[in-house]
Amino acid sequence: MSFELAQIGLVHANGQRALRAVTLAAARGERLAIIGPSGAGKSSLLRILATSLRPTEGRVSVLERNPWQLPGAELKRLRSRIGVVHQAPPLPPRQRAITAVIAGRLGQWPWWKSALSLLYPADIAGPREQLARLDLADRLFERCDQLSGGQLQRVGVARVLYQRPELLLADEPVSAMDPALADLTVSQLHSEAAARGVTLVASLHVVDIALRWFPRVIGLKAGEIVFDLPAARVSDSVLRSLYASETGTLPTQDNQPLDIAPAAPSEPTARKIIPPPRVI
Amino acid sequence: MPRSTTQQALRDPDARARATWALAAVVLLWPLLLVAQFRPADLFDARNLKVIGGFLGQFFPPNLNGEFLGLALKATVETLAMATAGIALAMVLAAPLGLALSHSLSISRIGPGPGRALGEALRALTRLALLALRGIPEIVWALLLVRAFGLGPAAGVLAIAVTYGGMLGKVYSEILESGDTRPARVLLESGSGRLMAFFYGLLPGSAQELASYTVYRWECAVRASVIMGFVGAGGLGQLMDQSMKMLNGGEVSTILIIFLLLVLLADAISSAVRRTLA
Repeated sequence: MSFELAQIGLVHANGQRALRAVTLAAARGERLAIIGPSGAGKSSLLRILATSLRPTEGRVSVLERNPWQLPGAELKRLRSRIGVVHQAPPLPPRQRAITAVIAGRLGQWPWWKSALSLLYPADIAGPREQLARLDLADRLFERCDQLSGGQLQRVGVARVLYQRPELLLADEPVSAMDPALADLTVSQLHSEAAARGVTLVASLHVVDIALRWFPRVIGLKAGEIVFDLPAARVSDSVLRSLYASETGTLPTQDNQPLDIAPAAPSEPTARKIIPPPRVI
Repeated sequence: MPRSTTQQALRDPDARARATWALAAVVLLWPLLLVAQFRPADLFDARNLKVIGGFLGQFFPPNLNGEFLGLALKATVETLAMATAGIALAMVLAAPLGLALSHSLSISRIGPGPGRALGEALRALTRLALLALRGIPEIVWALLLVRAFGLGPAAGVLAIAVTYGGMLGKVYSEILESGDTRPARVLLESGSGRLMAFFYGLLPGSAQELASYTVYRWECAVRASVIMGFVGAGGLGQLMDQSMKMLNGGEVSTILIIFLLLVLLADAISSAVRRTLA
């Protein structure tokens, strides 16, 4: 098992409940998308998997360990095996892209190697290769404040690819990118997960990317899991009820209409399967 | 009495608190000014103006003869050496304490995880240590250290190192908490150590502030070394002490001009450093 959440509940310090009785598990190598309206608890769920939030209730097991029963040094080692792509890339504006990517290995490198790397990068080919996968190789030595929002987000993805984690988490990884780049980035996350057989969990606010790329889709609403289905069985009516309170149209890239068969009156029909683009 | 929602929406709900705090500040400040015998009118009293004028008159013209300038130059170098060595030692003392104190580099805060109580205890201890270092005025440290090291700059250097180490440590930790701390936190969340989270996550964003505060403290150390000089730690202070005792206003004003030039130099260094790190 890559991770197991049992009856997870989370109440923030201000008393607001973010998650309620969430039970979710994934085997090694699975690829899951979490979708749902904003404020549904997608980020909280990912942060619990990333061991950066401790749930108020329930049991967590990540990469076969219970993070909150580990001593400090082992928790640190566990965290270095988990990679997180953040929606707003947390990169210092004055840092160069190469340094930002190298920082992905800080948890694995001995401290002296990381320290020397500030004077002269300990690895140039590695970060360059990861940036090249995301079409950013020419920005290797540029400072983060010279990059656009979408480029920054890709530097954040490159850092996690360079980290080579055993559990790959992505919180809205393509929110600042145009559809073509979003597809490229998601395809790279998938090929990385497939090539190394690691688990990928991504939260997405656009439904079409989730359905096109992820074999398993989880619907989250008001802190609870409302469905956990293979992508092929996610029907229009399931989606409509997930986004019931929103504007009426489903959130997609560029607001293109979603290619899903309307639900039959009795039983929801399977939606038309769109084959995912070939993984590069 | 219930108010309509439109009425409520048109009124700033925080206005009363703001007015109360402003009033409280004035009410507190007034008796303090009385205690401090703050009477600005005295400054413009004819008799006082004459006394002040007479005192200032002694300072002119500045003494610019070669022999004294040579002495002053030697004392300036001594003062700069004292201030620079003092600040360098202060940084060595302040950097680890500042990093230890800063909450933005706390691993046990994430979760919170293991070692939370120990971490907070260490942080409280560090806070206490910094308080003790900077709570005692540098002149007291100097008087104490002169007894151990004898007359001369060594006591001044250590006095500056100790007091300014305390100040730098406190302000370093505050600078590290006031900027964008997310980059460091995210690194800690992916298993990085504290020191590397600082170098890769916090330093790029706070280097400018850290450097310019350190240069400002260097400037303060130059001035502080005067007072050290009065208790026998050498440098411009000692020279000034001798000139004052001999009632030689011209020499004192030369030394004061040197001070203004040194502050100007500190300013130039500070803005150059900020430009480099921008």
